[in-house]
Amino acid sequence: MLTLAQTTFSSRLFTGTGKFANPQLMARTIAASGSELVTLAMKRLDLRSASDATLAQLQALPVTLLPNTSGARTADEAVYAARLSRELLETRWVKLEIHPDQRYLLPDPIETLRAAEKLVAEGFIVLPYCSADPVLCKRLEEAGCAAVMPLGAPIGSNRGLLTRDFISMIVEQASVPVVVDAGIGKPSDAAAAMELGVDAVLINSAIAASANPVAMAEAFASAVQAGRQAYEAGLGVSSQQAQASSPLTAFLEPL
Amino acid sequence: MTPVADALNNQDQDDLRLSIYSKKAMDVVSALQADKPGLHDFMALVSPAAEPFIESMAQRAASLTRRHFGHTMQMFVPLYLSNLCANECTYCGFTMSNRIKRKVLSSDEIEAEALAIRQMGFNSVLLVTGEHETKVGLEYLIAAVRLLKPYFSHLMLEVQPMSESDYAQLIRAGVDGVLVYQETYHRRTYADYHLRGSKQDFDWRLQTGDRLGRNGMAKIGVGALLGLSDWRVDSTMTALHARILQQTYWRSRYSVAFPRLRPCAGSVHEQQQMLSDKQLVQLICAHRIMHPQVELSLSTRESPHFRDHVSQLGITSMSAASQTQPGGYASANGALEQFSTEDNRPASQVAAALLDKGIEPVWHDWLHGFSG
Repeated sequence: MLTLAQTTFSSRLFTGTGKFANPQLMARTIAASGSELVTLAMKRLDLRSASDATLAQLQALPVTLLPNTSGARTADEAVYAARLSRELLETRWVKLEIHPDQRYLLPDPIETLRAAEKLVAEGFIVLPYCSADPVLCKRLEEAGCAAVMPLGAPIGSNRGLLTRDFISMIVEQASVPVVVDAGIGKPSDAAAAMELGVDAVLINSAIAASANPVAMAEAFASAVQAGRQAYEAGLGVSSQQAQASSPLTAFLEPL
Repeated sequence: MTPVADALNNQDQDDLRLSIYSKKAMDVVSALQADKPGLHDFMALVSPAAEPFIESMAQRAASLTRRHFGHTMQMFVPLYLSNLCANECTYCGFTMSNRIKRKVLSSDEIEAEALAIRQMGFNSVLLVTGEHETKVGLEYLIAAVRLLKPYFSHLMLEVQPMSESDYAQLIRAGVDGVLVYQETYHRRTYADYHLRGSKQDFDWRLQTGDRLGRNGMAKIGVGALLGLSDWRVDSTMTALHARILQQTYWRSRYSVAFPRLRPCAGSVHEQQQMLSDKQLVQLICAHRIMHPQVELSLSTRESPHFRDHVSQLGITSMSAASQTQPGGYASANGALEQFSTEDNRPASQVAAALLDKGIEPVWHDWLHGFSG
């Protein structure tokens, strides 16, 4: 069980809503993933339309919605999107996402921290997407974020845990949940992240852009569960040398 | 300071041409395997040597598109505000000497168009005019943008190149993107086609990206009019243009379009440089392989059959149900159009065709207040 901002989640797999071929497939996929926290880009909601097909599908699912500020290039734009989501969706949850860099969609650490401080002060439950920078994660934590969401690799790149060593440091130092967000491309990457001790992973592209999103969601759900179980069971320490299970000097031990 | 235009002007296009036409199969194989393809890889992919590799290119392009954009297609529609033009260009139906009926939409007519477009489901609109600074200049465009902003969440312009301060005002009024196509990057050929008017100023047009980038325009569109000059060289220059813009003005998003010359009233252009459907697919795939994250856009100049198929290969933004004449949505009148379109299906039919291919048409992906 994962507790995030006084809310308990039995699944440690968070999912997204972009890149699907249609809203119905999105809903079936989320259901198959078992995810209970689902992120949704505010810019995809048509505020002029009476009903939004994606939102309608999501609201029929037993999930907590995590509106995101994707598309914002500055703190002010992100704050604007967050306020809009609070009005429209009646939620305090927000995934803070600020990436002025349009090629790799890498987060702007300065604008992210600025926006986080402002949104926390306004009573939002802030989950910031950020670089895998241990110091920045501590600063975001100090700013009052409910979790930190360092990237494994650039959004949509499927390159896995390029930031593994830094994620380990963040996990070691964090006193809020750590969610690896972005870049995870394979269930084995998700399992590896969970084995490091992260609290959850957020997966969108690897599931939504696959040939069979429903089956892929199930595969990720299993991997996340296995990785977490392995972490909790206590993984063995790796070593450069063989460690005999029956040491040659065992005879010296007193009987 | 125009670093992007300067870099483009420093390119020796004769050298580029020689390099493109001397590419071998092994260069294409190497380009297809490159982790981060560069300009030489792009040249290999648009070279004659790449023609036998079209399927491999399509597979890679399709896979990159799915990874970065998923199973989606952004939908937009052009809204022609005016067909007035103060230029003489030998390939365009709006050319000054062409005896067609001229029209500039009034506020009421713009609103009528907006209502008709909203009914089709569009939220992203490209405002298009001929190039006439005095009658359809900054003041007119700002008024049109302010009028249209309540109807649409995403507004782009395809009008004459403007000054930096003009763009700053247009951004404040609510413009989210500007598309300015160089037509051809070959200076001498450009002069052959543009016979009168301010459009003759090749450099002013080429420097538009710098003026937009310095202003932080959210989206900047580039492209060449395919058919005016050697498409392989012009497209290499387009790819380079997009690449240098990305490096220099990294906060902006970029789109590349593939307009092929179409028949139009009064055209004197002989289409000797036209590229075939297969070559256009080759070009789309080459762009996708070089720029995995860049928006690639296709208009209704192309046939339904062609559009339905390339929607899976690399195109991520598409117009539909386009009228290329001012007032065409509220009351069609073919006599005013810039060129004739090839895909005349209603928007709902284009959307259904996309859904059949497993692609979701995205009508809304922009938040009023920022343009991501």
